Amino acid sequence: MHACVAENNLSRNPEIQYIRVLRLPHGSLDLEKAEHHYDAEKVPEKGYFYLPVQCQQCAKPPCVKVCPVHATWQEPDGITVIDYDWCIGCRYCEAACPYWARRFNFTKPHIPKDKINPDMAYLGNRPRRMGVMEKCHFCLQRTRAGRYPACVEVCPAGARKFGNVLDPNSEVAYILKNKRVFIQLKEELGTSPRFFYYFDV
Amino acid sequence: MITALRNYLVFVSRCVRIAFVGDWRYYAWMGLLTVFCLLGINAYARQLVHGLVMTGMSDEVSWGVYIANFTFLVGVAAAAVMMVIPVYIYRNEELHDLVIFGELLAVAAILMCLAFVTVDLGRPDRFWHLIPGLGQFNFPASMLSWDVIVLNGYLLLNLHICGYLLYCRYQNKKPSKWFYIPFVFIAIVWAVSIHTVTAFLYVGLGGRPFWNTAIVGPRFLASAFAAGPALIILALQVIRRVTNYRITDQALLTLRSIVQVAMLINVFLLINEVFKEFYSGNLHVASSKYLFVGLHGYHALVPWIWTAIAFNLAGMFLLVLPLSRSLKWLNVTCVLCIVGIWIEKGMGLVVPGFVPTPLGEIVEYSPTLNETLICLGIWAFGLLCYTVFLRMAVPILQGTLSKANEPGA
Repeated sequence: MHACVAENNLSRNPEIQYIRVLRLPHGSLDLEKAEHHYDAEKVPEKGYFYLPVQCQQCAKPPCVKVCPVHATWQEPDGITVIDYDWCIGCRYCEAACPYWARRFNFTKPHIPKDKINPDMAYLGNRPRRMGVMEKCHFCLQRTRAGRYPACVEVCPAGARKFGNVLDPNSEVAYILKNKRVFIQLKEELGTSPRFFYYFDV
Repeated sequence: MITALRNYLVFVSRCVRIAFVGDWRYYAWMGLLTVFCLLGINAYARQLVHGLVMTGMSDEVSWGVYIANFTFLVGVAAAAVMMVIPVYIYRNEELHDLVIFGELLAVAAILMCLAFVTVDLGRPDRFWHLIPGLGQFNFPASMLSWDVIVLNGYLLLNLHICGYLLYCRYQNKKPSKWFYIPFVFIAIVWAVSIHTVTAFLYVGLGGRPFWNTAIVGPRFLASAFAAGPALIILALQVIRRVTNYRITDQALLTLRSIVQVAMLINVFLLINEVFKEFYSGNLHVASSKYLFVGLHGYHALVPWIWTAIAFNLAGMFLLVLPLSRSLKWLNVTCVLCIVGIWIEKGMGLVVPGFVPTPLGEIVEYSPTLNETLICLGIWAFGLLCYTVFLRMAVPILQGTLSKANEPGA
């Protein structure tokens, strides 16, 4: 979460985050039972599991459909991006997203000078202005250069995997083929997320 | 051609001039509205500098009272058809000379709608991205792009119809049917479309179960056809009081029948909605629970919605009783219906759609002072426009402002 903030030049004040890690009681995927604010020091707690949610990079993204000005679209590699210079800030995409993955700059974003990540991309992590939307783009400034997204790189448990689903030799293709259980969040909405959750037990 | 243009410009300039002239009550009213407009502009300037952080909105509840007012006012604009249909289809004599006041109200309401959408934008400087041809218009995929088209189209239709009829009356000429009747009929269908499209804006979002229900469109139309004519009933009585324009009680009672039927349908649809939400008891009932009874100790909207329901029910019973045939009671009833429906469609529809968030978090919303001042400013602006339109239209309809008495004619 904090690696993401640093990598993607997210506003520190007010703090904007792309990833929300939910704490859910064992045995339920009802997101209305999710706890958003818990003591990070006590993790892991008995009887709970943790579900990180961020942009699911849907194959059929509802947010793209509703944008009145084509300010957000799906790139050929499947990543949904936003042109921060074209967005009018109507926040219709924020209402449309079933995963609460989009963020709006309600005021001028502030990043301390020495915290700016100079390795930027136009549709990726360049600093945003007030009044526009932003969201996770799987660190496209890194992934398009052959590196892992920041969240994948820093996860101490190795719980995050990233790769090309279409490549049969990739690690993610192996997981989808061989692991016992995997889910797409809110699959019933027909958004076809490219973000999968699997359980290794 | 040049003479025609010159004549038209004389007409326009006389209309503008008369808008600045009136008795002391007119000046007082316009002065008051101007003060509120200025307060609104001041508040909006603050919002432009600091951003939408000046409002009560957040990433969790990302639309608030601006979009709520917008939704309500689209309904008011659409409700003008409730006068147009009786006059142009059923040849109602009582309403015949009054229909233009309904259409002018629609124009004022649309202007307010456009203002409410504009203040809700994070980047109002980029509004031109929405102009077809100039920007990049996501039509037909985005319902918001449909809304831009239908609202501006409706504005143009009504401006044309009102402007043409008034200019003909000014010249004491019989209006040419071909020049306005087709537009009147287009406007009838168009009026239904503006409110349907606005409903689809919400209905089309699969990730928001509270809105993702087919009944939103019908509910919008029913509540609009109650609140709109109720507003017109009040407006007509003001016109009757401050001018000597002839408005019969019978005309007001005709509008009462319209409000009566619409209100009954509106309450019926509300009951349908409540039943479906609570009886089936599936997980998606959370928003409705939050709205009607509160959820996990959060109940900011509960007093709002029960006030709305109390007002709507009281309004409905008064409308059914013969009591509301007396104008005093009819006015009380209209106020109850307008306020009840405003809450029901605003705080009762827009906000609970966001609570809880799609990830189950509960964050409450209430408008800030700055946000409220902007809203009041826009309402004052709308009333200012409507007053000016009436100030021009009434003397033209009465013949006191006409080509015959042009200075130098």
